[in-house]
Amino acid sequence: MMDANQSSRIRKRLTRWALNVALFIAMAIICLPGLWIVLNSLRPTVEIMAKPPVWIPRELNFDAYVAMFSGVGAGGIPVLDYFRNSIIIATTSTVIALAVGMAGGYAFARYRFRGKSGWFIGLMLTRTVPGIALSLPLFFLYARLGIIDTHFGLILAYVAMNVPFTIWLIDGFFRQVPKDLSEAAQIDGCTRWQAFWRVEFPLARPGIASAGIFAFLTAWNEFALASQLTRSTNSKTLPVGLLDYTAEFTIDWRGMCALAVVMIVPALLLTYAVQKHLVSGLTSGAIKG
Amino acid sequence: MADLSLRQLDKKYGSFHAVKGLDLHVEDGEFVALVGPSGCGKSTTLRMIAGLEEISSGDILIGDRVVNDLAPRQRNISMVFQSYALYPHMTVRENMGFTLKIAGRPEAEIETAVADAARALEIEPLLDRRPAQLSGGQRQRVAMGRAIVRNPDVFLFDEPLSNLDAKLRGQMRTEIKRLHARLGSTVVYVTHDQIEAMTLADRIVIMRDGLIEQAGSPDEVFNRPATRFVAGFIGSPPMNMAEGVIQDGLIRFGDGETLPLPAQFRDAVTAGQRVTLGLRPDDIYPVGHGLHAGEAVETRPLEVALTEPLGNETLLFVRFGGVEWTSRMLNPRDLRRGETVDFQIDLSRVHLFDGESGRSLRTA
Repeated sequence: MMDANQSSRIRKRLTRWALNVALFIAMAIICLPGLWIVLNSLRPTVEIMAKPPVWIPRELNFDAYVAMFSGVGAGGIPVLDYFRNSIIIATTSTVIALAVGMAGGYAFARYRFRGKSGWFIGLMLTRTVPGIALSLPLFFLYARLGIIDTHFGLILAYVAMNVPFTIWLIDGFFRQVPKDLSEAAQIDGCTRWQAFWRVEFPLARPGIASAGIFAFLTAWNEFALASQLTRSTNSKTLPVGLLDYTAEFTIDWRGMCALAVVMIVPALLLTYAVQKHLVSGLTSGAIKG
Repeated sequence: MADLSLRQLDKKYGSFHAVKGLDLHVEDGEFVALVGPSGCGKSTTLRMIAGLEEISSGDILIGDRVVNDLAPRQRNISMVFQSYALYPHMTVRENMGFTLKIAGRPEAEIETAVADAARALEIEPLLDRRPAQLSGGQRQRVAMGRAIVRNPDVFLFDEPLSNLDAKLRGQMRTEIKRLHARLGSTVVYVTHDQIEAMTLADRIVIMRDGLIEQAGSPDEVFNRPATRFVAGFIGSPPMNMAEGVIQDGLIRFGDGETLPLPAQFRDAVTAGQRVTLGLRPDDIYPVGHGLHAGEAVETRPLEVALTEPLGNETLLFVRFGGVEWTSRMLNPRDLRRGETVDFQIDLSRVHLFDGESGRSLRTA
């Protein structure tokens, strides 16, 4: 007869294996599309469209990338303009959304004021409206104001989109910073402002970094509004640029995938760079525990 | 160092009156403990002194400077928080030196000040750790170190020991007392633990419902409580209390039992007056096991309902006058539940409080 210890040990090992397999499948589902995009950007359209799919590519080349940068007429698109627009719009809107989010989040976490919960729910409710539903009214409004096809117009839209979320996220992180710390800092000689920057801000940094990544990626990847509110290389962003690869009857899947890779790389680099600020648990040890 | 004055200090939160016209003077170098049950206004008072809470009316003076509307940083005070409130992203060294760094002092001076405080508190080996790597007692020391480095006019302590276990609390209590003896600083110490207040303070201020119930030396508040509330709050185990009525020179209790009216109260009461009799557990004891010799002793046979042996003494619980009394038996002998023993009640040490107002009826 197998003793209970041994069977329990075997069961534990099996559970671990099952978990690993489940994790592998989940990761495959998440990563395969990305991999597929990278792969498709490197091989001829025949292979992309083949049925059944060709898993192992027979030929890889960088033709799509070369073509992309070859300029209009040689199969290229104004990718540098799009890239510049995307960077300017995503970065500026993120910085503004973070500044507003920090001020708002701090206020919600620390102060009591009239209609506080009403304001908060109101902010959250704005998130329930699908962005696309706003595109037509926004289009009319922007057309009237003359800010169609400008950086300013898109930045404004993205700030409005991101601020409720950044406020909500940063509010949660400031709540975790004990109030005693700011009071101790004020007694130690800080003004309120110094207490915020020297004590509360460093402790809420993981939350602010998360909010920043989120806001940046939202703006970087947004398509629906951008496709309505932009016209030309003045303000077209990379996601809108993807449309340049569609013609009336054909879609250049390879070129589109190549541009997608160009889009993914900066986002990936940024996330990687900010990741080290995401270590949380810094607040532990402030008070008893 | 400086003295501290509170004049008609008042705090209202909307319709809630938290502190009601407090008057208190703390001498330069004096250690004053504010005690009272939760919600009595003691912490609010401390936070008003610190500048963390606005005052509704009245004055706060540190030295001869009115600080009513000054920011905390302008008051030259230090505060030790119940939660310690150490900055988690800084090392112990940075935590302690923070105040001088903000003040823009030179590195060398900060280094010396931190080293001195660390030596005094025996936390030198911890200087490069972060708060998360410290035990509760160590964090407590660091918090005190941070307060010392600031070299303030007044030290404020907000229940600094209540997050520690009993043994550590005892140790830190001694530590704080030693520190005060060395620095000679002015201290306002808030606690709900009357033992802390008794052991540490030069003067104890007992608060209730935003008012001062009594302020006096530990000896005064223990031996001459001004009100029934103070009598019940100070002392451990708490004072025994029994309701009664004055009748024919006797105090008659609810169950018909009587005790002679102690001589010291004979002129202070009138027949038919409702009173509360208070007696410390030290003043009712089995014959031969008392703390004091006993000047006017009344002897009663009483049945022991329960015993709590503590080694050097045993607490006995007996019923008398319709309530349960605690008795402290020194040099204990073996007593069993249900045994009936002769108990002595020291009438010279009885406290009498007015049944209505709760104020002490002691005249002298």
